[in-house]
Amino acid sequence: MRIDLTPRTDRSALMDALSPVLAFAAALVVGGLVVAAMGRSPAAAFVTYFVAPLSEVWSLQEVALKAAPLALIATGLAFCFRANIWNIGAEGQFVVGGLFGGWIGVATHGAAGNTLWVLPLMLVVGTLAGMLYGLIPALLKVRLGVSEILTSLMLVYVAELLLDYMARGPLRDPAGFNFPQSVTFDDAARLPYLMEGDTLHAGVAIALAAIVVATLVLARTLFGFTVRVVGASPRAARFAGFSDARLTLAVFAVSGGAAGLAGIAEVAGKIGQLQPSISPGYGFTAIIVAFLGRLSPAGILVAALVIALTTIGGEGAQIDLKLPLDLTRAFQGLLLALVLGADALSRYRVRLVPGAAA
Amino acid sequence: MRIVQGALLAVLALGIGGAQAQEKKPGEKLKVGFVYVGPVADYGYSFQHDQSRKALAAALGDRVETSFLENVPEADSERSIESLARSGHGLIFTTSFGFMEPTLKVAKKFPKLKFEHATGYKRAANVSTYSARFYEGRYICGEIAGRLSKTGTLGYIASFPIPEVVSGINAFMLGAQSVNPNIKLKIVWVNTWFDPGKEAEAAKALLAQGADILSQHTDSAAPLQEAEKQGKLAFGQSSDQMRFAPKAQLTSIVDDWDGYVIQEAKAVLDGTWKSHDTWGGIKDGMVVLAPFANMPDDVKAKAEASKKAIADGTLHPFHGPVFKQDGTEVVKAGENAPDPMILGMNWYVKGIDDKPPQ
Repeated sequence: MRIDLTPRTDRSALMDALSPVLAFAAALVVGGLVVAAMGRSPAAAFVTYFVAPLSEVWSLQEVALKAAPLALIATGLAFCFRANIWNIGAEGQFVVGGLFGGWIGVATHGAAGNTLWVLPLMLVVGTLAGMLYGLIPALLKVRLGVSEILTSLMLVYVAELLLDYMARGPLRDPAGFNFPQSVTFDDAARLPYLMEGDTLHAGVAIALAAIVVATLVLARTLFGFTVRVVGASPRAARFAGFSDARLTLAVFAVSGGAAGLAGIAEVAGKIGQLQPSISPGYGFTAIIVAFLGRLSPAGILVAALVIALTTIGGEGAQIDLKLPLDLTRAFQGLLLALVLGADALSRYRVRLVPGAAA
Repeated sequence: MRIVQGALLAVLALGIGGAQAQEKKPGEKLKVGFVYVGPVADYGYSFQHDQSRKALAAALGDRVETSFLENVPEADSERSIESLARSGHGLIFTTSFGFMEPTLKVAKKFPKLKFEHATGYKRAANVSTYSARFYEGRYICGEIAGRLSKTGTLGYIASFPIPEVVSGINAFMLGAQSVNPNIKLKIVWVNTWFDPGKEAEAAKALLAQGADILSQHTDSAAPLQEAEKQGKLAFGQSSDQMRFAPKAQLTSIVDDWDGYVIQEAKAVLDGTWKSHDTWGGIKDGMVVLAPFANMPDDVKAKAEASKKAIADGTLHPFHGPVFKQDGTEVVKAGENAPDPMILGMNWYVKGIDDKPPQ
C-alpha cells in the first residue's frame, strides 16, 4: 500500500485558519489522557498550565519575558526560512550578541560622568556582532558553496565556548574568588524595568518594535518581496534577476542581527552580567516557534506566547501537581508535530493507494 | 502545644512576601522548595539533594511540604526561584553556584522568606550559604589511590576550573604524594557537571594513557562503569554508586545534606533561623565516604585512620609545607592552609604535570 499526498486544489481558507487551533485541541486531549494516566486531574492540569500563568500580573510579565526573545529570533529566522535558506545557528548569534554587547557593560563598570551612551552602544554592538557572526556561514555558502546548515550549527558551539572562555578568563570579576562570572553591570548598562516589581524590562518593548518593523519590511518592501518570491518559486526569481548570493547575505544579516539583539537584551535585561552560559536554548526553540507560527510575524508572536505559556505553566505543574518536567517537554513536542501534521492535511489530500509498492 | 507554637512562629517566619500577600493560618505547614540544576535522576549531585528533600519530608512529617524544580538552566533560574517564592514556600534551597545572583535578587523582593544557596559566597539577611569540604574526602581517596596504583599514574575527570574543583585535585594529589612521592596525575576537563557520554570518553582516554585508578568531579556513573569494564578501579562522586560498579568502586565522596536541610527547616519552624555560612566536612557528617571496598584490609584500615584523623583535626589535607608548581611555598611547614586560600584556589600543587585552565 502506498500513501499519496496530492495538493488540494480547493484549499479552504477556513481550514487553513482552523488547523492550528484543531491541532492545539488535539494536543490538549492527548496531554489530558497522559495526565489522567498519571493519576492527576486533567482539569487541574489544564488550569495550572494555561490559566494560572495568565491570571497574575507577575506571571503575565514572565510569559512576555520568555516570549520576547523567542519571537524576535524567530521573526529574523522567518526571512531565512521563507527564502529556503537555513540558518540553524541563531543560538550562536544570540550568544555572540550577548557577549560583545555585554563586554561594554563590563568595560564601563564603575565609569564616572555621563553614561547615557552606554546602553544604546551595547544594543548596537550586540546587534552588529550577531549580524557579523551570521554573515560567516552566509559568506562560506556564497563563496565556497559550503552548506550553511552545517556551518551555522557548528558556529553555535564556537560561540558558546568563546563566551565560556571569556566569562571564566578575561572578563571574570577580579573580586569574585575566581568564580566564572563577570562583575554585575551598573544601572547605566541595564535595560530599565517597565513595571513595578522589577520583572518586565524594556527588552520586551524593543523586541515588539523590531517585530513590527520586520512585518512591514516583509510585506511592503522590495527586499521583502524578493524573499517571498525566492521562497515561492526560485526559478521565477532567477529569471527576474534576483541575486541568490546577495539574498543569502541579506537574510543571514537580518536573522543574525535579530538574534544578536535578543542576546544583548537578555544580558542587559534579565541577567545583568556575563556568565558562562546565557541562553536556555532560545536560538533552537525559536526554530520551532518560527514553524509553529508558519513563518509569519503575527503567527510567530502567538506561537512564542504559547511556548512561553507552557514552559511557565510546566513549572507550576511541577510545584503544584508534582508532574515531571519531561511531561511539559513531551507536550511541546507533541504540539509541534500536530500543528505541522494538521497543516499538511489542510494543504494536501491524503489518498491510500491499495496494492501499490511503497 | 509545641507544634502549634512552631506553626505560629512559622506563620511569622513565612511572612508575606511581595504582592502575593497571603495570610497563613495556624496549623499550616512550612513549604520547602528545592531548585536543581540537573535531573533528579542523575544519581549524583541533584539526586543527592533530592534524597535530602525526601529525608526532610520523612523527618518532619506533616510539619513540612516539599516541592522541587529540576533541570533549571542557570541563566533562566530567577523565574523558577520566584515561582517557588510566590507559591507559598517559606524556605527555598537553590542548589547550584550559578543560582547565586538570581537567588539574591528574589530574596530582596521577598524579605520575609528564607533562602539557602549551595556553594556560593554572597549572603544577605535572608540568604544563607552552605557547602561541604569535599577536599577532605579527596585527600583520603588520593592516599588510597597512591597505595593501590600499579602503573603509578592516576586519572582525574574534572568539570569546571572553579576553586572547589581545583582544591579537590590538589587534595587528591597531596594524598597520593603522601604515600608515593613519584605518583603522576593526568587530568581531563570535560566542562560539564553531567554528561555520561563525555565522561565515558574522558575515562577511556585516561585509561588508555596508562592511568589505572580514576577519580571524577562530575556526576554520572559513566567513568566508574568504564573502569569496571576494563578491570580498573575508580572513585564515585556525590552519591554511593556501588551498584553501577561493584568491582571498581573503592569508595565514593557522598554529599550528605540531610542533617543540614532538616536543621534549617526546623530553625525556620522554630523561628530561630539566621543567615549564616556553613562549610561542613567529615566531622560534621556533611562529607561521607561510602564503605571502602575492593581494596586489601591494610589499605582499608589506613583509610579509616585518616578519616578519623581528619574528623578530629589531627590531619589537614593542606598541612604545610605545600608548594605551588613553580616551587613557591604557599603554606609554611607546620601550618594549615587558611580557609580563604582553599576557597580561592586557582593553582596546582607541585608534582602535577599540567597547567590549570585560566
